[in-house]
Amino acid sequence: MIENTVVEGSYAVAEAVKLCRPKVISAYPITPQTHIVEDLSQMVADGEIDCEYVVVESEFAAASVVMGASTAGVRTYTATTAQGLFLMYEVLYNIAGSRLPINMTCANRAPSAPISIWNDQQDSVAVRDAGWIQIYCEDSQEIHDFQPIAHKVGENPRIRLPVMTMMDGFILTHTYEPIKRMEQEEVDQFLPPYDPVVKLDCARPLTFGAFAMPDTYHEIRYMLNRAMMNSKGVLEDAFKEFGEVFGREYHPYFEEYRTEDADIILMTMGSLAGTIKDAVDRLRDDGEKVGLLKLRTARPWPGAELRKALDHASVMAVIEKDISLGHEGTISSDLKTAFHHHDGPLIHSFVAGLGGRDIRVSDIKWAYEKAKSLREPVDGSIWVGLNHDIIPEVV
Amino acid sequence: MTQPGSLKEGFIEPGKRLFAPGHRGCAGCGELLAARLVLEAAGPNTIVANNTGCLEVTTTPFPASSWGVPWVHSLFENAAAVASGIEAALIATGKREGINIIAQGGDGSTFDIGIGLISGMLERGHDILYICYDNEAYMNTGIQRSGATPTYASTTTSPSGKVSWGNTRPKKPMPEIMAAHGIPYSGTASVSYPRELLRKVRKALDIEGPKYLHIHVPCPTGWYCDSAESIKVGKLAVETALFPIYDIEDGVVTNVKRLKEIKPVTEYLKTQRRFAHMFKKEGGDEIISAIQAIADKNVERLGLKK
Repeated sequence: MIENTVVEGSYAVAEAVKLCRPKVISAYPITPQTHIVEDLSQMVADGEIDCEYVVVESEFAAASVVMGASTAGVRTYTATTAQGLFLMYEVLYNIAGSRLPINMTCANRAPSAPISIWNDQQDSVAVRDAGWIQIYCEDSQEIHDFQPIAHKVGENPRIRLPVMTMMDGFILTHTYEPIKRMEQEEVDQFLPPYDPVVKLDCARPLTFGAFAMPDTYHEIRYMLNRAMMNSKGVLEDAFKEFGEVFGREYHPYFEEYRTEDADIILMTMGSLAGTIKDAVDRLRDDGEKVGLLKLRTARPWPGAELRKALDHASVMAVIEKDISLGHEGTISSDLKTAFHHHDGPLIHSFVAGLGGRDIRVSDIKWAYEKAKSLREPVDGSIWVGLNHDIIPEVV
Repeated sequence: MTQPGSLKEGFIEPGKRLFAPGHRGCAGCGELLAARLVLEAAGPNTIVANNTGCLEVTTTPFPASSWGVPWVHSLFENAAAVASGIEAALIATGKREGINIIAQGGDGSTFDIGIGLISGMLERGHDILYICYDNEAYMNTGIQRSGATPTYASTTTSPSGKVSWGNTRPKKPMPEIMAAHGIPYSGTASVSYPRELLRKVRKALDIEGPKYLHIHVPCPTGWYCDSAESIKVGKLAVETALFPIYDIEDGVVTNVKRLKEIKPVTEYLKTQRRFAHMFKKEGGDEIISAIQAIADKNVERLGLKK
């Protein structure tokens, strides 16, 4: 029986990363960072982890260092957030296109401007098209558990894709929570050593990163997308095996809470799910038929699975901490594609909590009532909790 | 991943080069010749990380490759960081011994967009040789000026015109900037002196720690010179003191290539159409004098005259 121990969210990640036995870690400590890379540095300094830790001069370099190390054939890890993720943008595409199974944690924080260090999810959704598997976590247990899953899925020879796991900045990174810690023997049983077939090797000199003309580029990107689509089966197997080894069961794509007979279903990603579960309980106490779907895996997009899970709802209220400016919340847009040419719920997009604005149960109830009252589709997103007193009129 | 034409699985065929022919470099390209010489000096136990540029694009059109050593290209500016990661991976797996690691790129990726990443690599003390192939502009994309473009050269983004003498800014002193990191070796070389180049590569690789080698490589396409004359043009850059050859070892200037006779800069300038405007336009004499002053300063600064 493993006892619960109380650790900071960042430490929950760092310890899980250590148990995965990476050979090269690289990180830049600012823009802003979390305690993840500091904890890992300490573990290396104390000899608890047998790996090279490369402290670099920018997030761009951090991503580039793990790119080189992964091409040399070793397991790699890095962490970032917000501005740092954006600085990595060019490398993110390069890593995915190079089919390198790098594991990265993104602590979700708001992008500048205005400059902010607080939480929302505009950073990671902005890179959703880069070719990284994206998994969002509700709590420290999930972000702890999903590190070996990230390596196992990404390193699968049929997949070979980078994986990004997301945790809400401050709300998870800096909060102490009880978790069940994984044991080294369990992780070793679940996650075999990484030994890719192709790598930089003087005994077998290969060229990596050749340029593609229009007669091959199209097909190479097709294969990248095919790997992303095929990763669904591998994700399902990995989550299933995780349950068998560790005794903690997770649905690979989402978690449903009181949705069975729900007429209106709220949907979100990350730590906001906790608040929404409370709101659902209170609304249920008032007799409302409401539930929550917490999206876990956003890429690959589990469209068919979501359609099956949600087709009995009459209304969906997607409450998310991001927006595609000039359009609507990105998950709301994605969800609409799941029901294209299918009977399904009316889908409303709510944008909430940007730049760390607290989202309360009352805000969720407000969104619920709003969604219930709207019987026609609305263009764009409905913003939750706007203080109109500080918004000037358009001149 | 592609196999170079000159290789059987894992072995270099006798008499075959590590840098296979059949690449798509222009006639008279100094950069590709230099790269071939670098590999010959470094040998088969070498891993190369390459920035985007002429060298990358002419040698690796998928599925072909000229490279007989493990070679990786990621992006325009990050070869120094990619090489850092490669070194870390080799150390972590106990395979570092006996392997040379080279990071390389053209002058644009070295002087401009990638300088921060090279600085990081040097500062961290990786045992890596960074090589800059300097053809003095962004040639791969159409001869745009870089921080390495010489003063008053005409490029497509610093063109000479009715009121312009071309690139008005001086060439960034890259060997000195690199040496200022406190690295054990920062040197210059020219592809026009191949034996010296081979020696310098071997010497740099024998030194432990971060190294920088700056190779001047004529580009007939971007300099508008005769492709049959590129070696001669490269020599003239050295002989006129516009591209001095020297090393900086642990901060001290050494191995200055001294010249019996310093030729006037006009002998170099007149071989290339990128400098033609100063021979045609009124006031060009003053521009040529200013370039001569740069050469004179090099002579004085490094003691180039025998």
